[in-house]
Amino acid sequence: MSTLAIHNGRVIDPALGWDGIADVVIVDGKIARVGPNEGDMVVEADRIDATGLIVSPGFIDLQTHLREPGFKHQETINSGTLAAARGGFTTVCAMPGTIPPMDSRSAVESVLREAEESALIRVLPIGCITVGRNGDRLAPAGELKSSGVVALTDDGKAVADPNLMRHALQYSTQFNIPIAQHPEDPSLVKGGQMHEGWVATRLGLRGRPASGEATMVARDIALAELTGAHLHVCNISTASSVGLIRAAKERSVNITTSVTPHHLNLTHELVAFNGSYEQINYRTNAKVEPPLREEEDIKSLVDALADGVIDAIATDHSPVSAMEKDIEFDLATPGISSIETAFALSMNLVHKGHLDIPTLIHRMTIGPVRAWNLDRQEGCNGLGTLMPGAVGDVAIIDPNLEWTVNSDLFASLGKNTPLNGKSLKGLVIKTIFSGEIVNDSTKEQVNASE
Amino acid sequence: MTTEPIDNQLEDMSNALSKNQWNHHNVLDLDDFSHTEITTVLSLADRMREILDRRIPRVPALRGYTIVNLFFEPSTRTRASFELAGKMLGADVISVSASSSSVQKGESLIDTVRTLRAMRSDAIIIRHEMAGAPYLAASHTDASIINAGDGAHAHPTQALLDLYTMQRHVGDLKNKKVVMVGDIAHSRVARSDLWGLSKMGAQVVLCGPPTLLPRGLGVSERPEHAKNALPFVQIETDIDKALEDAHVVMALRLQSERQENGLLPSLREYAENYQVTSSRLVKAKSDYLLMHPGPKNEGIEIASDVARGDRSIIEEQVTNGVAVRMALLYLLSGRVEPTQINERTTV
Repeated sequence: MSTLAIHNGRVIDPALGWDGIADVVIVDGKIARVGPNEGDMVVEADRIDATGLIVSPGFIDLQTHLREPGFKHQETINSGTLAAARGGFTTVCAMPGTIPPMDSRSAVESVLREAEESALIRVLPIGCITVGRNGDRLAPAGELKSSGVVALTDDGKAVADPNLMRHALQYSTQFNIPIAQHPEDPSLVKGGQMHEGWVATRLGLRGRPASGEATMVARDIALAELTGAHLHVCNISTASSVGLIRAAKERSVNITTSVTPHHLNLTHELVAFNGSYEQINYRTNAKVEPPLREEEDIKSLVDALADGVIDAIATDHSPVSAMEKDIEFDLATPGISSIETAFALSMNLVHKGHLDIPTLIHRMTIGPVRAWNLDRQEGCNGLGTLMPGAVGDVAIIDPNLEWTVNSDLFASLGKNTPLNGKSLKGLVIKTIFSGEIVNDSTKEQVNASE
Repeated sequence: MTTEPIDNQLEDMSNALSKNQWNHHNVLDLDDFSHTEITTVLSLADRMREILDRRIPRVPALRGYTIVNLFFEPSTRTRASFELAGKMLGADVISVSASSSSVQKGESLIDTVRTLRAMRSDAIIIRHEMAGAPYLAASHTDASIINAGDGAHAHPTQALLDLYTMQRHVGDLKNKKVVMVGDIAHSRVARSDLWGLSKMGAQVVLCGPPTLLPRGLGVSERPEHAKNALPFVQIETDIDKALEDAHVVMALRLQSERQENGLLPSLREYAENYQVTSSRLVKAKSDYLLMHPGPKNEGIEIASDVARGDRSIIEEQVTNGVAVRMALLYLLSGRVEPTQINERTTV
């Protein structure tokens, strides 16, 4: 019998409405007891002193690109899950845009086998909506569901054909599985390199208009209403998406949504500028799809995150190699290696007073779990909570620790972040998965990065 | 040909350039040029123009200086202009045509530039169909990079030659009304001209159909803190209004693919609404100047009689282009110490 006692932290469990100083005791990989001085009752245990720290359920990410199989130069299941653990995550949903793509039982099972071997935390696979993510034929949703996928998405490609999308949604209802869409209309954003607006004009880059997202979100909401299916809108980035989803939720459409930490905090100006408007850059590390938008969009997104219209923060962790970024902007692979900075960047909203910590933790734990009913998966009992009997997944957080991002020190193979050299406040100090410590970033280690 | 002694004028010019007057290792766009630096280039271009007008337009000022034209896009005039500019100053110039399809990925742009530098190239002139490519190159080499046009982003040497040409005719550009008509959205010339003209204090009006105007140029389209992140400009979709009292009218090339991409109903309709014609030009100042960066489609963006008329300075732009590029190459070579110039002269 192995026992881990976490003493004297500020235990926050938004699902159960807990917020107070308490001990958390994990026995044999499951939460056993939570309460003041509960740890002192345990005679033999490994102990962690969490005085002055926050103890939260481990984070859950709805959108992680682990890249394996097919793109092991960008990330592997091993490196990606280690990176996730560094970021406080204990469960990641793996995006299906691999080679081969996750459109068959054999593909999904091979990922689960590899995860069994080399993952440090829980990996829940996501399947494709269409065969080969080609947008012309439905992938076998029933087969995928029974092999363990938790949602279906064509990853960074939106299902463009409205009729096919209708059928995908309709068909999914028998399996009770969410259809997740990256909502950019391929025709409106074709060739677009960044947000359409004054920065793109200054750089001479082709833009991706905000309306490219709104039109797709509006269409999909209409189709979700038509079919009654569960639509999940991934990484929304615009104020108009927020408005459409808010209105849809008010009329009880079966819809959930998530947003990335970068879309909540960074604007399109980061692509071009570094403090002054005199000189420009073509910062490919800030190239991402959907693109970074404007202040007004951020305001809407933050409001929607705070009031619950946005269910979850999802990292859309997209590691790529240096070679794929140190290149002409038009040729650079979009994406940000975001999972190791996700919590700290999101904490920026707390430090600015836009969000309280329990709400932030909600959107990174029980929020994503409820969005996709992840606690109904095998071995996910009580996921996203600290209730006795739940999986023993915990993140121990120092909300005020300042550190400087240095992607050379990332566990992820993807060093692609626009945050290099930026100072962030808030760090996951320890991550515990099923009662085992899978990440231990002491203060000294972090400071060594500077 | 024997060496004609390098001009005293050139010597004066470069004698005592302060950082204030010239502080560039690369020429990527005019957004980071000061009014003073532009003036430096234009004054030196004037000396170069005098050299150009000689019977044998050649001085050995850049002997031993190696220039590579690295063009990823087909070009006749810009490439010839740089090549001649270099040769007239006695530099070694070679031209490399690289198609980006054969050079597949951007790593190769970096590789190519580094390779050319390893062969001791001093300046690399890059034209590329993708915005920002010269910036990428500049971050990987210590050779001087000159942007000869990158995607829809910038064409700073064209802008400098436009400024120089205008200035020769109207003098100080402050408060002069310059109207650019046409496909602003895809025009790197318009973007660089906009920077150059605004630094020189001109009043710029951009005119074109809404589908060919870029977003964000209007001040109201930018947040308060970014008001100065783009030059102030007036946008006008009505060409007759735009041309009123114009000192300079510049027609921009319209590419037929704009019609194919659905941005325009037809070239004929474009010509009806936006062609620069003599009847429209009556609204402009009587001594207006007509310009075009070329190559021009007569009968589409500009009427033939206007393009060849007596207010047209289109051909002069081409000549001045050589002079301006000579000036830039000379400045970038860093051969500003009079002693060095004397040394070269005595060869």
